[in-house]
Amino acid sequence: MPAIQMSNVSVVYKGSKESALDQITLEVEEGEMLLLLGRNNSGKSTFCRLLNGLVPHSIPSTLTGAAAVFGKDISRGKVASLSTSVGMVFQEPESQLFCMSAEEEIAFGPENIAVPRAEIVSRVEWALDIVGLRGYNSRSPASLSGGEMQRLAIAAALSMHPRMMVLDEPAYALDPVGREELYSLLRRLKERFGMTVIIAEHGAEEAIQFCDRVVVLAKGRVLADGSPRDILSDETLFDFAGVSAPQLSRLSSIMRRRSLGTGSSIHTIDDAVREVQDAISTGGQEVPR
Amino acid sequence: MTPGGEPGESVVTVDGVSFSYEGGFEALVGVSMRVRRGEYIAIAGGNGSGKTTLAKHINGLLHPSVGRVTTCGMRTDETSVANLARKVGYVFQNPDHQLFCTTVEEEVRFGLENMDFEESESAPKAQAAMELVDIVALRDRPPFTLSLGDRRKVTIASVLAAEPEILVLDEPTTGLDHHDSEHLMSTLRALNRSGRTIVLISHDMRLVAEHVDRAVLMAAGRILVDADVGAVFSDLELLREAKLVAPPITQVAHRLAPLGVSPSTFTPSQLVQQIEVLRGGGG
Ligand SMILES: Nc1ncnc2c1ncn2[C@@H]1O[C@H](COP(=O)(O)OP(=O)(O)OP(=O)(O)O)[C@@H](O)[C@H]1O
Ligand SMILES: Nc1ncnc2c1ncn2[C@@H]1O[C@H](COP(=O)(O)OP(=O)(O)OP(=O)(O)O)[C@@H](O)[C@H]1O
Ligand SMILES: [Mg+2]
Ligand SMILES: [Mg+2]
Repeated sequence: MPAIQMSNVSVVYKGSKESALDQITLEVEEGEMLLLLGRNNSGKSTFCRLLNGLVPHSIPSTLTGAAAVFGKDISRGKVASLSTSVGMVFQEPESQLFCMSAEEEIAFGPENIAVPRAEIVSRVEWALDIVGLRGYNSRSPASLSGGEMQRLAIAAALSMHPRMMVLDEPAYALDPVGREELYSLLRRLKERFGMTVIIAEHGAEEAIQFCDRVVVLAKGRVLADGSPRDILSDETLFDFAGVSAPQLSRLSSIMRRRSLGTGSSIHTIDDAVREVQDAISTGGQEVPR
Repeated sequence: MTPGGEPGESVVTVDGVSFSYEGGFEALVGVSMRVRRGEYIAIAGGNGSGKTTLAKHINGLLHPSVGRVTTCGMRTDETSVANLARKVGYVFQNPDHQLFCTTVEEEVRFGLENMDFEESESAPKAQAAMELVDIVALRDRPPFTLSLGDRRKVTIASVLAAEPEILVLDEPTTGLDHHDSEHLMSTLRALNRSGRTIVLISHDMRLVAEHVDRAVLMAAGRILVDADVGAVFSDLELLREAKLVAPPITQVAHRLAPLGVSPSTFTPSQLVQQIEVLRGGGG
């Protein structure tokens, strides 16, 4: 059974004439790590909110088409059962934090599903540790820095040991090392436990290297769907979608245009070093294509 | 490099500042730095390193436990926040900490009216600021119904409207997509060229590398390094210590330094220009 199945899914918010999601058809396998890219208003958050039934059940909106998460039909409203299998980190984590201490925040979900006390204690320590907040147990969430709040929201979602993690722009408040750590943590959880991971971002610079698959949204539609390599090789896609292209793919396309290097695609720092070395060492002579 | 001002004149002086939050956590430890008129600087560093705490010292929202801060000649602990606000515009890290009016336009005019601008003056200033960040169409909307990116733009417009001498922006591209953050960065660049002093807090190393003159890196409440951007990005280890990662192109440039590529290369086009020069020289 796929983790996500969507067939002709459209979402229209109450009071709006346009579809926030427009005829989306896709399947995500369990254990896939998917990057959802798109500019402002392209529908990323709407897609995320659909995955735990917030849309259409809590935010007034109409869903058409067939949408299922772990085989559960989203339109049929049994959303509570999804909250244990789908961990959400919202675009604005501060709005998600409501407890008096970091520890309570993390314990809240597991307590609700009657995880034994000893197990909760160890999950709290585990979750604080993996997001870099060890020792923050009794800190009030409101007194945390922006990035620390983001880390706490991630810890709280992970403490449920969800089958799927959905993170809506998790990166912006994190420092760059923290971003790398988050993406590789998610990658490890995917590999170890088969966790399905959905990450929404509006830039492709970092996350794309960690994901199996990229879906590019534009105006609520799927503009492209493919492997990171496929997506990165499409030179016009990023501009078209209004998404910032990774620096290395911009390098790749400028070098090709100027006939510098061997013309092979640049996906990694190593690729880039090799291509630039080639371009410099072959001097002024044209390289045959 | 500092049009419209007296270069070298210090507009912000942070002198031996330590600061503890209630509960005793020391968020700043012996911090000293200065910002000169017309400079464009970045403050960067890991989560919890003290960036926001330092920024709030510049405009008097927080006062040092030890040491002193002087902004535009005024000791921040002897001057009201309102008086400092005439000189320093501050864009909060979380827009919701800044927004409270019932419409976007009121929000953008609020600061101006607080500074005793007549309506005949405040209306056109607010209009210009809304145009600058492209939110004119939202003028009658309640800010809380807007998307994060649009709320962010409202807070920026309300700060720009008063045309403060110093702009302190705490992660202003949060919630903005590629197009909008490029637009904001070119607006800031233009303001800086017209003499405005800018302090940008950002985790986006591409923006910092491409736009800023000088960077202050923080770690654990201390200043790790305070140097021009070229020097800061030439030390990858130091960046890591500050929980930062150089842009990919800069990492490539470092690896290619033995071939003559400058480690202060920040953009693909800068790298390609050097390739063309180097292969011309060799071939
Ligand atoms: N709660 C809501 N009520 C009404 N319309 C909404 C709501 N949330 C989003 N929309 C609209 O739905 C469309 C898609 O918005 P969505 O928030 O899903 O985009 P996004 O890609 O997440 O954007 P961003 O990058 O700004 O977060 C937009 O036109 C937006 O204005
Ligand atoms: N109100 C508060 N009470 C207690 N401690 C606080 C408070 N606000 C911030 N801190 C602590 O002070 C330290 C510095 O916080 P600050 O907000 O300045 O960090 P920052 O560098 O801006 O981080 P970020 O990148 O996450 O925004 C953090 O460890 C934070 O937990
Ligand atoms: Mg969104
Ligand atoms: Mg901060």
